Order: sequence, then structure tokens, then C-alpha cells
Amino acid sequence: MTDAVVVEGLVKRFGENTALGGVDLTVSEGTVLGLLGPNGAGKTTVVRILSTLLQPDEGRAEVAGLDVRTQADQVRAMIGLTGQYAAVDEYLTGAENLEMVGRLYRLGKREARSRAGQLLERFDLSDAANRPAKTYSGGMRRRLDIAASLIARPRVLFLDEPTTGLDPRSRLGMWEFIADLVSDGTTILLTTQYLEEADRLADRMVVIDRGKVIARGTADELKAQVGGERLELTVGTVEQLAVVTDALRPLSHGELHADRQTRRLSVPVTGGTDTLAEALRRLAGTSAQVLDIGLRRPDLDDVFLTLTGRSAEDADTTTDAEDSATVSAGAQS
Amino acid sequence: MTTLAETVSDSVVITKRNLIKVKRVPDLIVFATLSPIMFVVLFRYIFGGAINLPPGISYAEFLLPGIFAQTVVFGSTVTGASIAEDLQKGLIDRFRSLPMSRSAVLIGRTVADLGLNVISITVMALTGLAVGWRINSSIGEAIGGFLVLLVFAFAISWLMALVGLLVRTPEVVNNASFIVIFPLTFASNAFVPLESFPAPLRAFAEWNPVSTVVQAARELFGNVPAGAPVPDVWSLQNPALYTVLWTIAILVVFVPLAVRAYLRTASR
Repeated sequence: MTDAVVVEGLVKRFGENTALGGVDLTVSEGTVLGLLGPNGAGKTTVVRILSTLLQPDEGRAEVAGLDVRTQADQVRAMIGLTGQYAAVDEYLTGAENLEMVGRLYRLGKREARSRAGQLLERFDLSDAANRPAKTYSGGMRRRLDIAASLIARPRVLFLDEPTTGLDPRSRLGMWEFIADLVSDGTTILLTTQYLEEADRLADRMVVIDRGKVIARGTADELKAQVGGERLELTVGTVEQLAVVTDALRPLSHGELHADRQTRRLSVPVTGGTDTLAEALRRLAGTSAQVLDIGLRRPDLDDVFLTLTGRSAEDADTTTDAEDSATVSAGAQS
Repeated sequence: MTTLAETVSDSVVITKRNLIKVKRVPDLIVFATLSPIMFVVLFRYIFGGAINLPPGISYAEFLLPGIFAQTVVFGSTVTGASIAEDLQKGLIDRFRSLPMSRSAVLIGRTVADLGLNVISITVMALTGLAVGWRINSSIGEAIGGFLVLLVFAFAISWLMALVGLLVRTPEVVNNASFIVIFPLTFASNAFVPLESFPAPLRAFAEWNPVSTVVQAARELFGNVPAGAPVPDVWSLQNPALYTVLWTIAILVVFVPLAVRAYLRTASR
């Protein structure tokens, strides 16, 4: 499989501030790479360099085999970009927005119109096609924005935080649309702060923090770094905690952890649902009242916490300084 | 690289996009035309009797070329605010990621704003005719008068495009341009003859390109009385030439600077 995106030793500085301190990553053709990290980690800077909006200071970046620095014009013809804020013209209708972008990708008039029609249909915007985008909801704008970046059938699509600011329902809808694109074979580089989102959409992940890659691999590989699955249950009273601890000890592959405050027991296990079934049989033989039981696999929040010592959300607040540095550097350039 | 034909076609797409906004937001056109109408009427009837003019000309004839100049120069400041707005909304990012001509966004913007100026100057000319303004020259000269005004304003649009790309906040662009443009248009011969100005201000006003735009328009519309004294500075003796030189100079400096700023700009 060839790589649609190759990034090697990418460095970008904004004045004193190093936004990217040597990032390497590749995206194989037809796959989705999730670029994860808190605000200010450098995700958007990577996307902006790959979409030719920013020049790197050092390193190599190629998209579809073309150098983003020396072959920027050809790169632009191959890519679609959906930025963090829905870049649609509010005064144009949905159809006009798409046709405009199609024409600027140098599609003929007729082709731009027919592609616009197809994409409006596909993104559930046909009914709103002739309304100014100003009247659209946040989710509709995002869909229109993604539709615009797809109009010329790009080989590589960059989605920069495609669901930030959307309500949970629109986010689920957006995930379905993105999953559809993936099944069409579009290569996608997706940035997100939502670990659940990457888990759901990406084949492979790269986690960056403060401009450096701190982990990479599939979701399973990353999760393996923080340990395996656990059986977790809650019981009715504190006394019952001792009873269930005794009953489940033989299944445990490590230290059991009982929390008296929440009346919760956590048992490291292997064997998945078979173990769960066995646990249920053993619990039925006790008098304990089990309120809630389940197998829990570590999620990417656990991964982030283990790798950086802080949760993805805490990291947000500690990197405000980097964000403002990026803004002022943008103004200078 | 993009060819000239591609640049033209991309610029047409962007111009259309900008003009659709004018159609969808009628307030824009209402305000772009109401304030000049107001100016024409207020100045004509309030200052009309108080300002000493050379014999042989009515204040309406003296005033209209001045109002035209002030309005189109102010009209071209819209360019800066609109570019800043596109930057804020991420549209410039989108355009910059497309395989389109590198100058088309700015060309489409300035051409659309030129279109707006054509509309306001038409409305003002009609209002002027209603309050006593007359064109006393040939059709060719009159067209020349309108062209001098519009082309000068088009050049100012490019200057404002650069300001918009650097300042990046529409409100700030508006305030900043007001502070510069307002004195520039008032420290000119647009509303009163320069003879009444104190000496240093008069020297400034004589070389102020707004004065020469106005003077050129007055001459081309035949709004200068036959017996008026010949101005004693070169700029006002050759107002059309002096204005064209300014227009070319502004374009030569600011078109490349604005395109360069566009290519380097980042929306946040």
C-alpha cells in the first residue's frame, strides 16, 4: 500500500514558539489517520502545512507524492480541506456555495452543478439547497463545508476537528457521513480532541502533545499500552463488597480494587465475555445485590492520561499560551 | 501556474459571489445610496448659501463632483472590511487551499466594490440633477469625469484590501479608514474653495489627490465657471494627469503588496 501523506521531521516555529518540533507521520492510501491531541498541540499546524496554507521551517511534507512546498499548485488540486470553522459563504445558498467551489476547482459549469446536486443529496441538504447558508444550523453548515471540500473528488481529505462545537446528535450524524466517505476509499487525515471520535473513525492514530508525537498505532495498540480489560461492578452495600471480592478473586489476573465510597469493585481480567458469564454465575451463588456490572476496556482518555500524566481536557487549559502565540505569529507573517 | 484566462474566470466567479451578497442584503445598497443622497441634499441647502464661490457657478454644480469623490473613496473602504470578514470566517483559508488563481480573490473583491460605486454614483448623479447640478460638457468628457472618479476609487480599494488583510477585524478596518479618509476628503476642495483655507492646510489640500480628482471631475463635467482664476499649482493645473499618476502609483505599490499579504495570511 502506498502512502498518500508522508511527513518527515516537520518543524514549524512561530517567533519564539515551536509549534511543531519534528513530527513524522504517514497515511496509507484509502485509510483514516486520527491526529489526536489537546488544543495547541500542533494538530492544526500540521493540517495547515499539508494543505499549503503554511510553509514549514524544516522537514519534508508530501501529499499524493507531491511536495507541499515546491508543488503547492498541484497539491491543491488533489486535496480537500475542511477547517475548524465552517468556511461557507452565508449569503450564498447551499447550492451556490458548492458550485462556486466547484468552479474554482476548475470544474465546468455543468459538472459543478451536477456534483453540487449529488453532494447536497448525499449530505441531506437537498431541501435546504436553495436557502442562504445563513439559515443553516451548525450541523448543516459543517456538512455543507465537507461537501464543498469533496466537490472535485479529492484524493486526500483533511478534516480539522469536524465535530467541534456540534451537539451530540449532529456529531453522531457527522460520524456516519465520515464513515461513508471512508468506505468510498477517500484517504483522510482527521484531527480531533475527542478520543471517542478517533476510536470510532480512524484506522491508525498519532497522538501529539506540544508539537511532538508521543504515541502512535491502532486504537488497540494504544490501549494495550495502558493495560487490558477490567470487570467492574457496583453492589448495594459496603458489606457486600467483601462478599463479591471473595467470589471473584479466582478470576482476577492482578490486583482487585475495591472502592468503599462508591461500592465499586474493579477486577483485572482476560477472556472477555466468557469471563463475564463466569463472573455472573459466581455472583448468583452469593447473597450480594449487584446493581451494575460490565467489562470495561480502556478508552483513549486513559491512554492520554497515561502518556502525558494529564487528561485531554486538563491539557486544554495549560496550553492557552501556545494558542495565543500562534495567533500573534499569524498576524506577523 | 495559472494562465491569464484562468485568472479572469476565477475572478468572475468571485465577483459574482460578492455581488450576490449585495442582492441578498438590500440594506447594503440602501445605505450605500442613502448617505450620499443625504449629503447632496444637506450640503446643497445648508452650506449652499454660506460658501463664497467665484461668480458664474451654482453651489450644486460646485458641490456634486466633490460629493462624488468623497462617496466613492468612502465606498472603496468597504473592500477592507469585507476582506477582514472573509478572513475571520475562514473563507480566505478555503480559497487559499483551492487550485485557483492567487490574485482572483482580491480582483473579484475590488471589482465587485467598483460595481457598488457605480451604483452609488448613478444614484447621486440623479439626485444631483434634481437639485440643480448640470453637466455642461460633451458626453465623452462626462464619461471621462466618471471614469477618473471610479478608477481612483478602485485604486483605493486595493490599498484597503491590504489594510483588511493586515488588520483582520472588520470593525477596526472601518474605524481606522474613517479616521484617515474623513480628513483627507474634507481637507480638499470637495466642499469649499481652497482660497478660504489657512496657508499650510491649503498647501496640503492643493496636492491632496482627492482635490485633484474633484478638480478633474469639475473640469470634465463643465462645472468650472468660465472666468474662474487659473490655479497656481501644477497639481490643480493638470488635475487629470496628476490623479492618473496617483492612481497608477497606488496600484503599482498596493496590488503586489496586497497579493503578497493574501498569500501569507493565516486566518488565526
